[in-house]
Amino acid sequence: MSEGATQLQVSVWRGTGTGAWQTFQVPRRSNQTVLDVATYIQRHLDPTLSYRYACRVGMCGSCAMSVNGVARWTCRTHVSRVCADGRLELAPLANMPVVKDLVVDMQGFFDKWRDAQGRFVRGPAGRHDPVARVRPDSPARQQADAGIECIGCGVCYASCDVVTWRPEFLGPAALNRAWTLVNDERDTAGAARLAAVAGDAGCHACHTQGSCTLRCPKQLTPTASIAGLKRTVARAAVRGELDDEAARGQA
Amino acid sequence: MAMAIFVAVHLGVMIWAMQGGLTAAEILGRTQGSVAWMLFYGVFVLLAAVHAGIGLRNILVEWTPLAPRPAGWAGNAAAAVLLAMGWRAVWAVTWAGAA
Repeated sequence: MSEGATQLQVSVWRGTGTGAWQTFQVPRRSNQTVLDVATYIQRHLDPTLSYRYACRVGMCGSCAMSVNGVARWTCRTHVSRVCADGRLELAPLANMPVVKDLVVDMQGFFDKWRDAQGRFVRGPAGRHDPVARVRPDSPARQQADAGIECIGCGVCYASCDVVTWRPEFLGPAALNRAWTLVNDERDTAGAARLAAVAGDAGCHACHTQGSCTLRCPKQLTPTASIAGLKRTVARAAVRGELDDEAARGQA
Repeated sequence: MAMAIFVAVHLGVMIWAMQGGLTAAEILGRTQGSVAWMLFYGVFVLLAAVHAGIGLRNILVEWTPLAPRPAGWAGNAAAAVLLAMGWRAVWAVTWAGAA
């Protein structure tokens, strides 16, 4: 970052899947984040720019977009860290359809959470039964705890080349969530969830590329979660506990 | 998982056996007529063929416009070829020309 530069050259994607890059000159300020840059453009240069943010303090994950080709949270990305030569490139997250400019349609991303059985399935206990006693230091609970902080921002999904090459791949976030539930002793989905993640589009499609773990803004490890799913699914398959019909019916 | 064991044994034996040089005749002297080597490498070839078939299918699906089912056929075909060639080699090295 040249010390004397006072203007950033910011190239922003405008349009939908088809569109064009538009360049803006944005004043360089100290401690500036990429979100500051996008907000400056929308407020002072072009009010028709569409982008997402909410908390602007690195909690909600709404501001995820592609900055110089890498999926990041713009509110947590200082310009000084990513802008060596005064140039910035802002693009919508990869692997998701573009709604407009920097906004993507995340419906497919969340549909895959559903497809991976990424929801808690309760057991027979009701509100009048004693609360389940789950030891926090049990190995399974530690595995679950390592992955439950996911807020569904989509950065891992946008960083995964396997999602790009195989669009039906459930993806790191959905599989990470499934793994936390596999390790939740209160959950009763059991074999159905393993069958859901065992198909061609499930955990076995992962090539351990690791971009998800590299890029996760909350330092989660979907790669490890998917490896856990591979082990668990393989063990269940060998024992004949996997529902073959359901597994073959997946993507 | 099983492949890891086979690969480790294969590499280990090769590295150990190659110490001090090894001729083809010496190798064949040990493997000809050996049921143990035939079984070991027979299973290894089977695992490798399956592994390669699945892998090829996945790569075809990811990199070509091929749909999953034709890609599966291509994978199976490759696996069959590797199985035939591999078992033929195992047979030649362990049993043919002996007993």
